[in-house]
Amino acid sequence: MVEPRLVLLVSAVLFGLGVAGVLLRRGAITILMGIELMLNAANLAFIVFARQLGHAEAQVYVFFVMTLAAAEAAVGLAIVIALFRLRETTDVDDVHLLRW
Amino acid sequence: MLEAVWLVPILPLAAAAVNGAVGRRLPKRAVSWIACGSVLASLVVATGATLELSELPAEARHFASRALGTWLSLGSVVEGRGPVEIAWEFALDPLSAVMALVVCGVGFLIHVYSVGYMAHEEGYSRFFAYMNLFMAMMLTLALADNLLVMFVGWEGVGLCSYLLIGFFYDRPFDERTGMSCADAGRKAFIVNRVGDLAFVIGILYLLATFGTLRFREVAEAVAHAPTGSDGLLVAIGLLLFAGACGKSAQIPLHVWLPDAMAGPTPVSALIHAATMVTAGVYMVTRMSGLYVRAPEAMAVVAAVGAATALFAAVMGTCATDVKKVLAYSTVSQLGYMFAGAGVGAFVAAIFHLMTHAFFKALLFLGAGSVIHGLGGEQDIRSMGGLRRKLPVTYGTFLVATLAIAGVFPFAGFFSKDEILAGAWAAGRRGLYLALLAGAGLTAFYMTRLLYLVFHGGFRGSDAKWAHAHEAPPVMTVPLVVLAALSAVGGFVGLPAFLTLGRDLDTFHRWLAPAVASAGGAHEGHGAGGAHGGGLEWLLAGAALGVGLAGIALAVRVYRESGLAERIAERAGTLYRMARNLFWVDELYEAAIVRPFYALSRLSGACDRYVVDGLVNGTGVAADVTGNLVKLFQTGYVRNYALLFLLGVAAILVYLVNA
Amino acid sequence: MTLAFAILAVLAVASALVVITHRNPVICALALAFNLVAIAGFYLILDAQFVAMLQVIVYAGAIMVLILFVIMLLNLQAEARPRSSGVFQRWLAPLGTAAFVGLLARAIALEAPPAPGARPPGYGTAASVGQELFSRFYYPFEVVSLLLVVAMVGAVLLAKRRL
Repeated sequence: MVEPRLVLLVSAVLFGLGVAGVLLRRGAITILMGIELMLNAANLAFIVFARQLGHAEAQVYVFFVMTLAAAEAAVGLAIVIALFRLRETTDVDDVHLLRW
Repeated sequence: MLEAVWLVPILPLAAAAVNGAVGRRLPKRAVSWIACGSVLASLVVATGATLELSELPAEARHFASRALGTWLSLGSVVEGRGPVEIAWEFALDPLSAVMALVVCGVGFLIHVYSVGYMAHEEGYSRFFAYMNLFMAMMLTLALADNLLVMFVGWEGVGLCSYLLIGFFYDRPFDERTGMSCADAGRKAFIVNRVGDLAFVIGILYLLATFGTLRFREVAEAVAHAPTGSDGLLVAIGLLLFAGACGKSAQIPLHVWLPDAMAGPTPVSALIHAATMVTAGVYMVTRMSGLYVRAPEAMAVVAAVGAATALFAAVMGTCATDVKKVLAYSTVSQLGYMFAGAGVGAFVAAIFHLMTHAFFKALLFLGAGSVIHGLGGEQDIRSMGGLRRKLPVTYGTFLVATLAIAGVFPFAGFFSKDEILAGAWAAGRRGLYLALLAGAGLTAFYMTRLLYLVFHGGFRGSDAKWAHAHEAPPVMTVPLVVLAALSAVGGFVGLPAFLTLGRDLDTFHRWLAPAVASAGGAHEGHGAGGAHGGGLEWLLAGAALGVGLAGIALAVRVYRESGLAERIAERAGTLYRMARNLFWVDELYEAAIVRPFYALSRLSGACDRYVVDGLVNGTGVAADVTGNLVKLFQTGYVRNYALLFLLGVAAILVYLVNA
Repeated sequence: MTLAFAILAVLAVASALVVITHRNPVICALALAFNLVAIAGFYLILDAQFVAMLQVIVYAGAIMVLILFVIMLLNLQAEARPRSSGVFQRWLAPLGTAAFVGLLARAIALEAPPAPGARPPGYGTAASVGQELFSRFYYPFEVVSLLLVVAMVGAVLLAKRRL
């Protein structure tokens, strides 16, 4: 069996990569992809702990997270489309009017 | 009428309220009637009450009027004595009766005179409102039955003095110092304040020691006070006297009175000659019981009085403004009164107070008449020979001058002589000589004034001479009345030696029960306790002689033109000292006023920079902080995400380490 | 088992790197799909078969397709170089991320994971998940379905050309 801490480490790395993606990319959709990475990393951690505890509860959590990720992706993409219609761009650096 | 004695201060107060509130919309006649009428009414009530009082036996002549309400109700202040209740109470006894009659009588005449004098001035109703208010306060002071109510009157007259001195608030007064009338009023108030501070402390001291402020109770308590408390009594006496110095313009608080001449002349006559400035003398006499138990305090009173009498007389010889000469004369005469009180001759002091009120008011009103006739001229160097143009004024002024110089049989002779005799009888020879010299100087400078104004040739412009005219009857009639009083007013106090044994000293008999007598009865011509008759004649003769000598000298000097100036040059420093009033004002200016202004400027700067700086500083701080914090709102989503991350990292740090 | 884990780990991290660095959004999307399948592989190793299947079907199947649809719809071109909005972001972001990951790693290293409890038979199957889902988590289940409806409505409204 695989050492749970190693898996958690992988999960942490993936999460970090997801964060980096959100912070460093400029396209709205790629930012969303970064968010998906983060969510998956969290799911991975859940599953590891579920296995340790021997309980299926955490798997239900993963279930819900996935559902919510789907919903969030749908709505997020709809917003991107609406923004694109208005601004002809998905570059988040081009929408910065709400500033001092 | 006796029960209604509380009306005496209230009536002028009511008139003041009316004139103050609606006077501007009333015609001048109505204002005058209200104002003069109220004073006349008070005079009538006071006279009636006094007559009723005189029907009581001598020892029982004290009527306490119904109190108009309680003012302060303190618990027990001194152990062994009950709780302290201070009420608005008035009382009539021989002393307050004399005071009230003088104030009302002279006050009424001056009010009538003012109707004419102020006829063409702005603020007519305001003037009479202030005058009535003054009368109300002065009568409160005179008729009060306890020290605190008297103090209310004391402060009230100070206030009215300020209001009336600065009546022409926007007019300049003294070109030499740049002082305006308002400044003069302020000076009076502030100098008075110095004395009042001591006065209040004295009152509190008295209250703490004897647990009461009612005059009769205090007198009784003092009489039974143990010998050990003499030091305390001296202290209280000195404190109260300090207040009197302020109010009655004795050295060193005399500086405000000459500048108080900035006010209209009737004000000078009423307040700064006849009534307010005499409040100090009245107060000391009222507290005579305390003073006879504190001989050191009395010695101070006498010394200060005599010194003031002499110094002010010296300053009066060189002044060139007609009102200022009279002002110094007032200060000097007040010094006489205090000197009399200081040697135990309380009755003599009050006698002189009364006669002085007559002739000094007359002198001021006469001066006012001259000023009025010359269209505002006050410098005696521009006057002369006016007896031809203002005959009535001249005649009355002459009577007053003779009275103040102490010429027999005018009023001043009797009162001044009594004080001098009292000083001699008390063994105070130095004091006596100082007072005698002062009497001579008084005669001198008053004759000088008379001569320079009314005799010789006119030194002003021809236009002024043509314009000069006698005052209307509304002004001259009071002058005549006062002249009559100055002439015969002394006869109520005929000393025993003159009447060849018959006791015609009505004044002394009337007043004696109300004042304490010092140990061996140093009253000048104490009824029955008189010294050898020959000595009395000698003293009287000396006083008279000195007075006549002063008059003769003045006539001699001023008849010859230019002689006065040559003498002044010869006198050199002495003359300069007198002319510059011994530079007392300048001393105060440098030692007190300037440092105070500097202190004010400092606190002003502190207020502007420190306090305001702090307040403004908080605003500035908020502004700066806001400007800094707003820089976080860049509008870039990724920046916000970064901030999220940093926050989460911080929480994580905490969780990991905890 | 460890070998499988190692391979999967490398694949997952590599594809994640591609996702966050490649300029062409389509390539990013495909890399993400690959990553998701790798994650599903992880689930299999960890005895969560049902969830692994769900992952493939829902995530890799539906969500990635949706993303690709949108990319195609908007005809997104290759992204320009990330011009950062200020020096601040350029350096702090990677630094912060690295620090964050470091912190997580430290946290993981510090705490010992809970001792492996006994796994009941049927752990990881659809039945056991369903058992939990419809008993204890019945209410959240219903709420989530409502939420999906809301999301649907919202997405349609937001993307409409004219309301």
